Amino acid sequence: MARVLVYAETRDGELRPVASEAVTAGADLAEQLGGSVDVFLLGPPGMAQRAPDLGRYGADRIFVAEDPAFSSYAADAAVRFCEDLVGRDAYAAVVFPASAQGKDLAPRAAARLDRGLATEVVSVGVDDGRPVATRPMFAGKAIATVAFSELPALISVRPNVFRPRERPAGGSIEVVEIASEPAAQRVTGIETGDREALDVSEANIVVSGGRGMVSGGRGMKDPENWSVLEDLVEALGDDATLGASRAVVDAGWRPHSEQVGQTGKVVSPSLYFAVGISGAIQHLAGMRTAKTIVAINRDAEAPIFSVADYGIVGDLFEVVPALAAEIRRVRAGG
Amino acid sequence: MKSIVCIKRVPDSEARIRIAGDGAGIDPAGVKYVMNPYDEIALERAIRLKEEAGDGLVTVLSVGPEESKEILRTALAMGADEAVLLTSPESADGLVIARALAEEIAGREYDLILFGKQAIDDDNMQVPAMVAELLGLPCASVVVELQIEGRHVVAHREIEGGHEIVEFDLPAVVGAQKGLNEPRYPSLKGIMAAKKKPLEVKDIGFAEAKVRIVSLQEPPPRAGGEIVGEGQEAVPELVRRLRDRALI
Ligand SMILES: Cc1cc2nc3c(=O)[nH]c(=O)nc-3n(C[C@H](O)[C@H](O)[C@H](O)COP(=O)(O)OP(=O)(O)OC[C@H]3O[C@@H](n4cnc5c(N)ncnc54)[C@H](O)[C@@H]3O)c2cc1C
Ligand SMILES: Nc1ncnc2c1ncn2[C@@H]1O[C@H](COP(=O)(O)O)[C@@H](O)[C@H]1O
Repeated sequence: MARVLVYAETRDGELRPVASEAVTAGADLAEQLGGSVDVFLLGPPGMAQRAPDLGRYGADRIFVAEDPAFSSYAADAAVRFCEDLVGRDAYAAVVFPASAQGKDLAPRAAARLDRGLATEVVSVGVDDGRPVATRPMFAGKAIATVAFSELPALISVRPNVFRPRERPAGGSIEVVEIASEPAAQRVTGIETGDREALDVSEANIVVSGGRGMVSGGRGMKDPENWSVLEDLVEALGDDATLGASRAVVDAGWRPHSEQVGQTGKVVSPSLYFAVGISGAIQHLAGMRTAKTIVAINRDAEAPIFSVADYGIVGDLFEVVPALAAEIRRVRAGG
Repeated sequence: MKSIVCIKRVPDSEARIRIAGDGAGIDPAGVKYVMNPYDEIALERAIRLKEEAGDGLVTVLSVGPEESKEILRTALAMGADEAVLLTSPESADGLVIARALAEEIAGREYDLILFGKQAIDDDNMQVPAMVAELLGLPCASVVVELQIEGRHVVAHREIEGGHEIVEFDLPAVVGAQKGLNEPRYPSLKGIMAAKKKPLEVKDIGFAEAKVRIVSLQEPPPRAGGEIVGEGQEAVPELVRRLRDRALI
């Protein structure tokens, strides 16, 4: 018994970063339960060749369904697949990523299996031989520990919280027939904008700009303002991306997809820069679980400083370019 | 077009949350309650559908305490035609709420069932897809754009780094995300009209909850901030600290 089943997310035949995170969360749980981890995933023909990698993170058996339709998210087939596997073995838990896909799939699976679901989980554990999980509620103003009255417990784990941990296991592949039909809904396309930016919820470093970027005495109309942040992101490297407060999204300066906060995205990067952001409670809701927070603000009394690990009081238009230059200097081997 | 919109009463996003004495819920004293902001967006979509078509019916549905009548009245004032409140003394998890809603909805005629993408109290993000599954309907969650041509729906769903375009036929479930529209405020005329619209209260029994909150705690406080310095002179020191912690 005590097996844990994990959904590994793919897009366009590639495993997504959250896949190894979900396997890591599943392996954390399996370790405490004294069991092993099974993984299931869907993808286009050839997907099975790319799946063994998950064995490194603790996947014992990997079940793969292949069909050309599985290049994009196939909700109906994924639910059937999950139901099939849960019918075959006694699982203590089924773990999903709390990504866009996982947030759609996990509740469908929960309803199909008639089991409870805890979403956006940030830690897993075992109490009395059964899985328990902790999850933020009220936009992070409270943390709940939840228990499950019937197994398997369904859990979706917040991206960027369970850092992939190497824990080699069997990683055997079994290709399973899952029909792509019937499907009540179909994904007919993906729009990624002009450049496929790293999503703010998945980046390791987030540089967010607030109203200070546009009202810092430089005149609202100067779009050049944003380039100082873009330059900092570039200096920080490939795993950094831009975020924004609602004030700048509402003003039409940045797209809503970059908004961090209660009505935007929840992010847990290793490093979060809040630049010209006051630190309103709804913004904090989206970033307070970042590992390290740096605030740059000219107002020493700004609430953001009370959650920041490091702060610089000053004009962002001076501090940010200096910061980008210093990071480049030390990265160049200084 | 007949739409059903599921709305929830939640603490205002500004509200200070205090843990109740039992350690498993919040203390409601002094908390202002409002309609879940995403549900306002869902409702706005339903009202516009009716307005565009020139006819139709918008039903609002809520599971919650007696006090939820207030948000149902607000919904009627915004333009919904009828409201139903399902109350139960028992506690619930997402699936229990989804079952209660699905059972009520199953007995009605509908083309579109609209939800908010998330309730800002439990932050569950699960009720809409559960209801879809229980009723055997297609579903698009986290929708920022919605086109309906006859019985065919094209929805843009927010995903990491872009939008996913999902197509399906009515009847269907849609979860509304910010960006879909700007919800209206009730007009004075709307508020007057709402008083004459039907609001039905039904006592129901809940199924047993499968997820139970064992304890609710305040988040661990973040270790107090440190001001590294002022202006650009502080930059080298900041970078040194970030490097010491292997962050850059
Ligand atoms: C229901 C609801 C949901 C919300 N959801 C969100 C959400 O998801 N995300 C979100 O962010 N907000 C959200 N808000 C809004 C939130 O309450 C704040 O209004 C918003 O976060 C403020 O954005 P800001 O910090 O960029 O702007 P401000 O509060 O105006 O702060 C600007 C800061 O920049 C500093 N500054 C100005 N010029 C400079 C300069 N030259 N150099 C350095 N510093 C400078 C100022 O000192 C100030 O601290 C929500 C509000 C509500 C009611
Ligand atoms: N008690 C409830 N009554 C009516 N609708 C609800 C209730 N709980 C959740 N919903 C709907 O489901 C959406 C998502 O809620 P949740 O899954 O709890 O985050 C909400 O935005 C509402 O549209």
